[in-house]
This record gives sequence, C-alpha cells and structure tokens, in this order.
Amino acid sequence: MFPSDLKSEQFNGYPPEARKLLSAYVGVLSRLPLSFLPSLLREAIEFDYKFPAERRALEKELANLDLLSAEQLRDWLQGFAQIHLSAALEHSDWINAPAQFVEQLSSYLWTTHQLDAFRSAALAYADRLRAAVPPEKPPAPRLGITIVGQGVTTNDVPLFRKLRPHGAYFRAVRPENGLQLLLNVVAERAKADPAPYGHWYIDGGRAAPYDPTLTCVSYHGLEPVRAVLSGKIRAEIERPGMGPENLRTVLAQLRPADLGMPKAGDAVLDRFQVKVLTEGSGTQIFSTTFAQWTAREALRRAQPLTLLVRFAPRQRQKPMNEMLSASHEVAELDPLGSLIDADMGAYYNWLNLQRLPGAEQSSFLVWFEDHSEAVAIGPTLPRGTESTTATTLDQLLNWAS
Amino acid sequence: MSSQFLPRRAKDRACLAPYKLARQLVWTRREFLRSAAGVALGGSLLPSSLAARTRIAASKRKVIVITFGGGARDQETFAPEGQENIPHLMRELIPQATFFTQVVNRGILGHYVATASLATGVYETINNFASLPPEHPTIFEYFRKDLKRPASDAWVVAPSNGFNRIGESSHRSYGPGLGARVILPKHLLTAAASSGTDYNHLLRDNYETPYYTPELGGNGFELQQLGTMLKLSVDDFKAHARTLSSPDELSVYIVRQLMRQLAPSLLWITMHDIDIAHAGTYSLYIEGIRRTDRLCADIWKAIQSEPEYAGKTTLFILPDFGRDSDDDAGGNGFQHHRTGDALSRTTWMMALGDGVREGVVFDRPMESTDLVPTLGSMLGFSAPLAQGKPIRELL
Repeated sequence: MFPSDLKSEQFNGYPPEARKLLSAYVGVLSRLPLSFLPSLLREAIEFDYKFPAERRALEKELANLDLLSAEQLRDWLQGFAQIHLSAALEHSDWINAPAQFVEQLSSYLWTTHQLDAFRSAALAYADRLRAAVPPEKPPAPRLGITIVGQGVTTNDVPLFRKLRPHGAYFRAVRPENGLQLLLNVVAERAKADPAPYGHWYIDGGRAAPYDPTLTCVSYHGLEPVRAVLSGKIRAEIERPGMGPENLRTVLAQLRPADLGMPKAGDAVLDRFQVKVLTEGSGTQIFSTTFAQWTAREALRRAQPLTLLVRFAPRQRQKPMNEMLSASHEVAELDPLGSLIDADMGAYYNWLNLQRLPGAEQSSFLVWFEDHSEAVAIGPTLPRGTESTTATTLDQLLNWAS
Repeated sequence: MSSQFLPRRAKDRACLAPYKLARQLVWTRREFLRSAAGVALGGSLLPSSLAARTRIAASKRKVIVITFGGGARDQETFAPEGQENIPHLMRELIPQATFFTQVVNRGILGHYVATASLATGVYETINNFASLPPEHPTIFEYFRKDLKRPASDAWVVAPSNGFNRIGESSHRSYGPGLGARVILPKHLLTAAASSGTDYNHLLRDNYETPYYTPELGGNGFELQQLGTMLKLSVDDFKAHARTLSSPDELSVYIVRQLMRQLAPSLLWITMHDIDIAHAGTYSLYIEGIRRTDRLCADIWKAIQSEPEYAGKTTLFILPDFGRDSDDDAGGNGFQHHRTGDALSRTTWMMALGDGVREGVVFDRPMESTDLVPTLGSMLGFSAPLAQGKPIRELL
C-alpha cells in the first residue's frame, strides 16, 4: 500500500490521542513519500506516551507540513522521493507497524548503498524544519549536573579532560554534604519553574531521598524490571529461528505491564524506562551505561530544565551471557573503571545539553563525589581556567548560572 | 524525524560535504603521525617498484592481515590525547610502516559483512548476523586456485561463530574446497571446556548482539585437530586459556601456534576486543584499544622471530571501519557505528615488512576493497571479481 491510499480509519489501531492527531492530517500524510512517512508515524503512534516537549514538536511538525503547498512539499522531500524502496517494504504493514518498517528500511538502505542519500535527505529536511518551526526556547536557563566517582577513595586518572576547555576547573571544592546540597538545588528549581517532566534526577545506583516534584529514574529502582526482561530475553533466544533482528522486534513490542510494572504507574515515564532498557545497548547490564543513556534520552526527548545525573559503580566486566543468567552470585563492582566511564558520560551529558534550544544560556557542573574536583561551565565563566581557591558547590552553581 | 536534537557543531559539520569531513580527518591524522611518529609524506618520495624494494620472489612471500572488528576513533588513538593508548603502534610499528590515512569503507558497517568485503574486494551485502558465506570469491580462493596452494597455506583466525563462513564464498567458480581453513578459538575453548565456568570470560560471541550466538555452519576446525595440526593438546590449550584475559589474546595464541606448526603463506586474523564499546563502557573500550595495540606488536615480534616468516613477510593492519563521532547527534559517540557518517566510514591501514617503505604516510583516498587486488599483485595471483584497485604505493 502507498501513502496515497491512506484513510483516517486506518489509524483505528492507534492509541486514542495519536489517532485523533493523525486523523486531522490525513490529507497531507497521503502526499508524503513512503521512505519518509513511516518515520513520522513511528513517532506519532507513541504520541499518547510522549513527553510534553515531544508532543508539541510533533504537533508543530504536522501543522507545518500541512501548510506547505504541493510544490513546497515536493521540494522539501525530494531527497526522500528519490529513495528506491523494495516491493516487500511497499507491501509491509507500515501503518500499524511503522517501527518495524523503519528497522527494515534501515537494513535495506545499507544493503542498497542508499544510506548516504537518505542521511542527506534527513539532514536537509531537519534544517528546513528547524528554520520554519524554530525550537521552543526554555522558560528558564537549563542546568545540568553530573556526579561521578561514587565509591572511589583514591584516583590517579586525570579527570574532566574533555570538559575543562569549556569551563573552569576547581581543585578545592568543599565536598561536605554535596549530594544533598545539589539535590536541594534541583528541587528549588523544580518549585520555581514547575513543569511536568521538567526536572530530573537519574541515579546509576540506588536513588538518594529526593523531592517528589522531581522525575526520578534509578538503576536500582528498576532491578525487578531488569530481572523480568533478562528472563524474557533468555526465553526468546532459545526459540528456534530467533536472530538479533527478531529479538529487537520482540523487545520493541514490550510494554510496562509485560515487565511487571504496576498498571497504576506513570504511563509516560514507565514507557520511557522500558525503552531505555529495551533499546539502549548495555543499559540492562552496566549501570554507567544506563545512567548515560537515560540522561541522553531524557535530554533528547523531555528537554528538561534541570537534569542531575549521579553515576554509581557498575559491575566488573563479566561475559554478558553470564550476567544475563539468573545467578544469585553478588556481582563485584569496578569503581575505578566506572569513574572513567562516568567521566566520558559527563562529557556526553554536557554535549547533549548543548544540543537543546537555549544552550548558550545553560550551565553545567560536574563533580567528583566526596572529593574536591569539579568543573563548572556557564555563560559567564571563563573557559580553560583552573582555580585552587577553596569554594563550595553552591558557589560554583552561582558562578555558572 | 525530529530536528530538535541536532547540535550546533553537528549542524556546522553537516554543512560540510562528507568528502570535506573526511579530508579534515585525514589531514589531522597525517599531522598527528608526522609530529608524534616522525613519518614523512609519501608524495614527496621518488617512486620505486616493489621488485626494487625486495629480493623475495612472490612465490616465497608471506602475508599476514590483521583487521579490527570494531574501529577505534582518532581521539582515542592517533590524536595527541589518545596516543597514550597505542604506544606500540606509535613508537614501534608506524615508524617502520607505510601508513594510509584515508581508507574509506562504502559498504555496510557491520563487522562480519565488512570483514567479508575486505576479504573479497567487493562490498558484500549478506546478512551481518547470519552464518552465510560471502557471495564473491575470497582472497583465499583466488590465492589457492591461481597459485595451486594447499589448504594448509591459507588460514583465518576469527573471533566469533558468525565468522565461520568467511574462509570461502558461495561463488560457483570458486567456493567449497578452495578457501581458507577457519579457526574460531572461542568455539574451540567452548568445546574443550567440560564445565564451561572457568572460561566464560572468553566465550561471548560478539558485543553488538550479546544475547545471540549464531549456529555454526560450514566445515569448521574441530577440537581434535588441535593435536593433529597444531601439535597442541587440549589440556595445554585449556591451561593456557586460563592465563588469558580476552578472546583476542586467545586468538593471538592460536596464531602463534599456526605460524610455528604450519607457517601458512596467507594468514588473516580478525580481532574483536575493542567492540566491547557497544556495551557503552568507555573504560572497557579503552582497555580493548590498549590490548589490541599490544597484540599487534606481539604478532610483529613473532614475525621477526619465526624463521619461516622473518624477512619475507608483509603485515597489514586495518580496522574494518570507524566509529561514530561525538558530534553526530544521531549516534552516541564511541558506542556504535550506526550513523554512517564520514568518520565512521573513514579508517586507515598500515603495511610493514618485506618490500614496504618505512616511515611514510599517504593520504590519498582509497577503499577497503583495494586490499584484495593489492595482495594479489604482491603474491602473484589475480582477483578478477574484486572491485578495488591495487594500491600503487605498495607495488
């Protein structure tokens, strides 16, 4: 089937808000190339479970497409229109299973050497969309905080080498009560600028007590979910004919209830957490990967005003098959390796914060937990500088903001 | 199709054409090597032929190819901040090598299919995760058929079950009986280990799909052949494995045995430890790079110390492709190679040993598929179905 055959009742299998949204735009959707439309539907089918920032962006994107004349639409999407698709893709159920279509499309683009052309078309479209529908500026400057090195007593590895050129490096920060102080700052910001999913606390271990206004995700808190997921993966890979692509499809179809999450939970956040565990590579096994990937996805999707990420020691590397087994053996930890992971993770957190609207006003702090090293980055802080003056974490945040 | 997450720098880079990005990468790579390893620009050298640089006849020459399944980025290797991770490459190997800074892989960036492409000289399109032979003849088949070499003269040592079919293609003019023998050391260890628990740290099949181990297909090297062909008892093999920390160390151990016992003229080893990056753990990725650096130097030393190889062997080292840039919002930096951006496609290659100029860097673009016809010219066989072109700087 082709987009030109699209009818609004074909969205009957979609969740209610997604169905309502798309039914209003069937006219323009039917004029989009098949190499493009399922990518849009893959986002739209999740509309009911998306964060507010994502919902607004999708609504604006659809409204913008609807405003384009037939000629403009051809011009915007000409790169996609030139992508050749297989008959199998054309005949697949891309309306009800757009994610599977996109996965198969990706494989097809690689195989037919069309990936570069698709990538160019996607970048060109994104540039035009950004010009036509500028991203929303945040109501207040964003703040990112990353805490690394939990459990490390001594360390010889030079830290924050990638972040130091972008801000000021402090060697004499008073660490007392640092975690609590930073959590209080995040809670104060949440009260000053309340917004659903606007202020996050992500912990790679067990979450410290936090203000209920925060959106919190922790590796420890998801332990039962991870255990159920591991069991499901083990069961799936033992099935005859199961390969990596089939497994990905099965994982993509898992819902919070399938993994034992209570029905009365936060449907949006629960769906987000399931995606972190089923789509993120290594998030089920290594807590440092979990913290970094969760932060990336929270920034990309929810576009929060505040994000505090605290890394915790991950388990020492063992074979993944062993890690995924239902062994009751207590895993050894690797605090020093985790510190190196978290140092890079902090850099990625800053990079991802920089990708959001209002980046020029945002500030960022990374702190070596219970130690005296930190880097602060902000619009008024000098870059590539170093200070040995005794100071406090809240002072650093004041300077960075 | 969200545009919200494109970074400013990525956007700036996106404004550069891919070839310009690649040129930028190549230029910095060349300058890093010139300043740290003291290599000279190849373009300034007087041309000379391979025949003038070696006294070894093609029929006596040996070639060892090391590929990395899982590229390493410049910032963790050749850039000033990364050089601490590759001391052996920087100080020992590159000063003796001809180095090519711009080897572009235009194919599928999956490790099995990309290694198959390296081995056939054609961008293969087989399923990366299935146990399938390459569709085009491999270098091993060209080598053996053209030069009438026995099966014992071409070997592959590979990291995972997925590579079991890489030794010979499904091409009807070549194929069964003409390819290389393939050893999967981890598979041997699995077979050797009665309880399995002692060796689990070595047995993961691959890092990109850690839950899945493909079924073996084809005629693999079996455990009992350890004794008959490699003169290695199963007990000694198991005992040695206990002293190793990674699958690539096990592979290099097997390579040493092969070199001593069978001395094949064409030996291909694929390493995979770096690909732990897919788990998202930066420290383990760095460990993998350091280990690979050390193992490459170990193989080079083995070449110098084995009488069958010393003075008549050319060693090639190349990653199958790169990894994603930090600047591409579509990826997650070092973790994967999924964006298909210029950095993940542009890798490097070094050649050293018999007939190769030392301490020279070339930065003209070439393709991964150029390896097979180049080796054909060096060893004296033709590769009529390979799409690449012989690398003139090595001939």
